Amino acid sequence: MAELSKRERMGIPRQGIPTQDPAARRTNFDEVALGYTLEQARREANRCLQCVKRPCTEGCPVGVLIPDFIRALRDGDLDGAVRAMKEKNNLPAICGRVCPQESQCEASCVLAKTGEAVAIGRLERFVGDYELERRTCPPECCGDTGKRVAIVGAGPAGLTCAVDLGILGHKVTVFESLHSPGGVLVYGIPEFRLPKNMVREEIVYAAECLGIEIRTDAVVGSLYTIDELLGEQGFDALFLGTGAGLPSFMPIPGINLNGVVSANEFLTRVNLMKAYLFPEYDTPVKVGQRVAVIGAGNVAMDAARCSLRLQAIRAQETGEERGEVHILYRRSRTEVPARAEEVEHAEEEGVLFDFLTDQLEVLGDGRGNVGGLRNIRTKLGEPDESGRRRPVPLEGSEYDAEFDMVVMAIGTRPNPLVFNSADDVERTRWGTVVADEDSGRTTRERVWAGGDVVTGAATVISAMGAGKRAAADMHSYLEGEGEPWQQPGDE
Amino acid sequence: MRKILRKEQLTEVTKLMVIDAPDVARKAQAGQFVVIRIDEQGERIPLTVADYDREAGTITIVVQEVGKTTMQLGTLEAGDELATFTGPLGKPSEIDRYGTVICVGGGVGIAPVFPIARALHEAGNTVLSIIGARTEGLLIWEDRIGQVSDELIVCTDDGSYGRKALVTEPLQELLEERRGEIAKVWAVGPAAMMKFVAATTKPFGVHTIVSLNTIMIDGTGMCGGCRVQLEDGARFACVDGPEFDAHRVDWYTLLARQRSYLEEEARAVEHWKQRCRLDDQLEDE
Repeated sequence: MAELSKRERMGIPRQGIPTQDPAARRTNFDEVALGYTLEQARREANRCLQCVKRPCTEGCPVGVLIPDFIRALRDGDLDGAVRAMKEKNNLPAICGRVCPQESQCEASCVLAKTGEAVAIGRLERFVGDYELERRTCPPECCGDTGKRVAIVGAGPAGLTCAVDLGILGHKVTVFESLHSPGGVLVYGIPEFRLPKNMVREEIVYAAECLGIEIRTDAVVGSLYTIDELLGEQGFDALFLGTGAGLPSFMPIPGINLNGVVSANEFLTRVNLMKAYLFPEYDTPVKVGQRVAVIGAGNVAMDAARCSLRLQAIRAQETGEERGEVHILYRRSRTEVPARAEEVEHAEEEGVLFDFLTDQLEVLGDGRGNVGGLRNIRTKLGEPDESGRRRPVPLEGSEYDAEFDMVVMAIGTRPNPLVFNSADDVERTRWGTVVADEDSGRTTRERVWAGGDVVTGAATVISAMGAGKRAAADMHSYLEGEGEPWQQPGDE
Repeated sequence: MRKILRKEQLTEVTKLMVIDAPDVARKAQAGQFVVIRIDEQGERIPLTVADYDREAGTITIVVQEVGKTTMQLGTLEAGDELATFTGPLGKPSEIDRYGTVICVGGGVGIAPVFPIARALHEAGNTVLSIIGARTEGLLIWEDRIGQVSDELIVCTDDGSYGRKALVTEPLQELLEERRGEIAKVWAVGPAAMMKFVAATTKPFGVHTIVSLNTIMIDGTGMCGGCRVQLEDGARFACVDGPEFDAHRVDWYTLLARQRSYLEEEARAVEHWKQRCRLDDQLEDE
């Protein structure tokens, strides 16, 4: 292909990604976005202007060499694209699917100023999927430092940290409390957004290449304490990436009625335990005829879209009405924290959005089950600490709505279990670990932390970024080149 | 994967399994539980530890066949493996020298009350035990409970063995006879039994502890499916329990929650039986 001019590149439209038709996909758990063909990927890659300043890379929490991998892809050097990608990111098939690109790399793309950004996320996914199929560029470790590192939690932060330390030649053991590695990638994010086989393959591929041991069913805090891992178990350093797995429930009457579930429980049943395949898989899941999902983050979208699918599967079996799924949010559409694409997909599939409504009480049906919600209308007031406008209840606007299931998707906090007999790892009053933002160092020597356990529930990629920064600091510390240990915040 | 080292049939529907789990055994204490999953399609279920042997590196579980998973578990033999065996989970029983204590075990709950009674006995308490089952054929571990008790009362609902009574009857009598003497009561068994034990001890003002086996998935505080309503709000059975003050538990919501998946459980059993029949037919052919 002859070299295109800048004008020609800017003339190529952003390539759409083929998706399953909304009517069809709301009845199955297959992946919604189908991925580019090679031809589409190369056409999209041709849109990149290869700017010298690389604002996209700056916008990426792990600093992926975006223009480099896109250039290789454009030139048809797919292995080169994989190599460029893996300089910074060994989990591209995952990131390409779940990163909020529109507010990170793509938001920084110069094309976004006048038109549409390069579809960096879709290209990343293409490269990741290609490598998973061909496996031409396995991560390699450079030597053996003789140091042993324990990673607690096999989620995005822990796995990224593990892979980077593995490449640097440390012997890494990952402790995971569930029976499958991946953390929120396997228990939280649904199959139709992130296929579980792909997640498993990408994780196992990296771990096997680097000799990383993943010990599942190992609950740190109970089976081992942090003290034991750094003491008798002989680890030289430890990274805490245990996420924010503890669900929050609204402090309102009726919250413990049957049929009120945390998004964590609902999604874990559906995703980790594959309850949508019940009874082929043993774990059942209930879905209401009228489902209320409270909250409007990515987790809420996932719960709502899983509910729709389960309703459709039930309707096919019983011939009954499918039912309705509502997302109830106390702010307006503008403040919705979920990824734009998720909101769009949810709406296309038929999720109903009830904005500016807060909940006062879960109403019972007289038999211990959910019968509905007592709500109150809200209006937006002044911005609060989070910068979003605060919802203010409108007096006298209470109203009741009928629901037979309520899913709480109002956020999660770190699980305190891991801190059993580890009081010297300082935590905030929200239960998050106090850690240095750049290095990940906690108040306890040889213990680093990163991801949701430090920030509270955030994104997969920001957790990966934290895992990456911690790995770099752990490496220099283990090699005796690091700064002496200081309390976070000390200057 | 964790290997089943030994299997013993305790009753027609109750099986004992000794699992090779040295790391779990090293940490397990009375009152804690494990979460098991049989295979890739399996569900995660909590089982209270019935015994542990730190030296042999084993955990003993006792399972009554009530649903699909427990039925399937019952078909496994020594040498077979479990896909998941996680633990020890939950808080251990608070063992101390209290004086005279009563341990009540009902049905398959007799097994998990054993390590509690043993620990209390070893701590120097006078242990009075009451165990009961629907009928003689369902009664387990009379000998083992007897070994760690100063007195043992055995009853069956139908009078086929021991005294014809529900466990609450001798409990009521002991509380009356030894008014002011009983420091604590532990009860493990079906939710309905524990509810009635709570009602029996309440007028005597005796601190009563029950071990709740709730619906749960992860067992580490993640799902919240195990919420137990206490007087002052909800707790998670997996991390705040599984033992709770019986007099503070809201038994109405607890029993309602236990029933919430009955329909699906029946469907899973039906599906399982059908598959077993198909397997049998294939073998016959």
